[in-house]
Amino acid sequence: MDFEKLHREESGRMLSTLIGLLGDFDLAEEMLQEAYATAMQKWPAAGVPANPRAWLVSTARNKAIDRLRRDRRFDTKRDEIARHTGFVSQAGDDSTDKMFPDDRLRLIFTCCHPALPTEAQVALTLQTVSGVTTEEISRAFLVPLATMSQRLVRAKRKIREAGIPYRVPSEEDLPARLEAVLLVVYLIFNEGYLASSGDALIRRELCAEAIRLGRVLCQLLPRQTEAQALLGLMLLHDSRRDARVGGDGELILLEEQNRDLWHWEQIREGTRLTESALRSGAAGAYAVQASIAALHANAKTPKEPDWRQIAGLYDILLRDNPSPVIEVNRAVAVAMGRSLEEGLALLDDLEKRGELGEFHLLPAARADVLRRLGRATEAADAYRQALALATNDVERRFLGRMLAKLES
Amino acid sequence: MQFLLLIYDAEANFSNMSPEEVGAMYQEYGKFTQEITAAGKHRAGGQLKPISSASTVRVRNGKRVVTDGPFAETKEQLGGYYLVEAADLDDAIAMAGKIPSARTGSIEVRPLWVREARADSAKG
Repeated sequence: MDFEKLHREESGRMLSTLIGLLGDFDLAEEMLQEAYATAMQKWPAAGVPANPRAWLVSTARNKAIDRLRRDRRFDTKRDEIARHTGFVSQAGDDSTDKMFPDDRLRLIFTCCHPALPTEAQVALTLQTVSGVTTEEISRAFLVPLATMSQRLVRAKRKIREAGIPYRVPSEEDLPARLEAVLLVVYLIFNEGYLASSGDALIRRELCAEAIRLGRVLCQLLPRQTEAQALLGLMLLHDSRRDARVGGDGELILLEEQNRDLWHWEQIREGTRLTESALRSGAAGAYAVQASIAALHANAKTPKEPDWRQIAGLYDILLRDNPSPVIEVNRAVAVAMGRSLEEGLALLDDLEKRGELGEFHLLPAARADVLRRLGRATEAADAYRQALALATNDVERRFLGRMLAKLES
Repeated sequence: MQFLLLIYDAEANFSNMSPEEVGAMYQEYGKFTQEITAAGKHRAGGQLKPISSASTVRVRNGKRVVTDGPFAETKEQLGGYYLVEAADLDDAIAMAGKIPSARTGSIEVRPLWVREARADSAKG
């Protein structure tokens, strides 16, 4: 029995059920750990039960009732749990999933409650819903283990003390609350996709975890098209994971990537999700971004995606979420689709406004357009400027390589 | 659970309002109070006089010291409160969002200790 795999795949469901039954994060986690320990003792000899998840949940729940029985302060609570779990005596009947409905949605909304700081939402979601260990989370986010543990302890304390409910928000609150959940999932994905340093394997795992969370959301909230769009967006980005970084760890431009390394099944699924989200009418920010990614992925030739349409989509994004970063992307699309000069003028204008002072992608984008225009000296200057600002090693190597090409 | 909803707003806003605007706001507050009272959630509440009427008391070395103030340079001042009964934080947040001053100022939502919660936290 691969306990690690079981934990990764099932702990979110088991923990959410237990929290629902016990009404206590810490107690649920502790009892689940004890149930694992019992399983490790019993299963090798007695064999793995037909439904390991139901077995572990039943065992953890019984342990919790024993624990509360010993602890006289919690008489009322114990009675309450016993009432809610009237099927305790039917332990032999644990082969069915119906006994334990999927409570993960409640857990996700609790972990992503806006009363918690965003970084705690991210860590808590990974730990409880995804079953990632505190140590792995701390390594993935380059935060000392003690700091990460403290962050999780504080978040759980706040859930308890502030009265953060363990439930799916009301119809009225759902759109805003779902937005917060989707942001957490996208932050997890981006930490894996864009992270500046750290263990490549862990980063890869974060992307996979975010996609898995996206699938859970789509499954549990089938009518929420922004959840579909986000899953589509992540699949489309992730489909290029093996092509965007070369053997030496250098970044490879989209147009120069080896398309045989793209994961086409993921592109097809991502495109399908994006189209279905768009068809639903009100396209949100994730649907628009996913559409841009889909246009890149599905272009007939690498150098010729439909830049005009991409520029138009950036216009839509800008209308709803004004941001200088999106303006940089739009300027690049204009440069590629309409004219290099026009795109450059937009980038120059952005530089004059100075809102993106420390952001290396602006000089990097200017350098790229200047290079295409054949203005090598200015392009080299812009690359140097970008290099001075970039902190990501992979990107720094890429910029250095482009600069070296111009200088030779 | 009981929550204290602390209403912060700029006193200057209030003093700059026309009598009609003040009347409309009081009416709105009255409606909100009625609403949460009818729902059985209202425990207490009130409006505070301006911060210029405040005094601060400290006992240091056994000696009581009273000063004018507080004079904290904040944009928003505590101007009133509601003590409410709510199922959970989301319920309290929903109420806070209906307080008229939430649109101009801000509402701090603070849970009160209750006996069971204290036992829980002692355990953790």
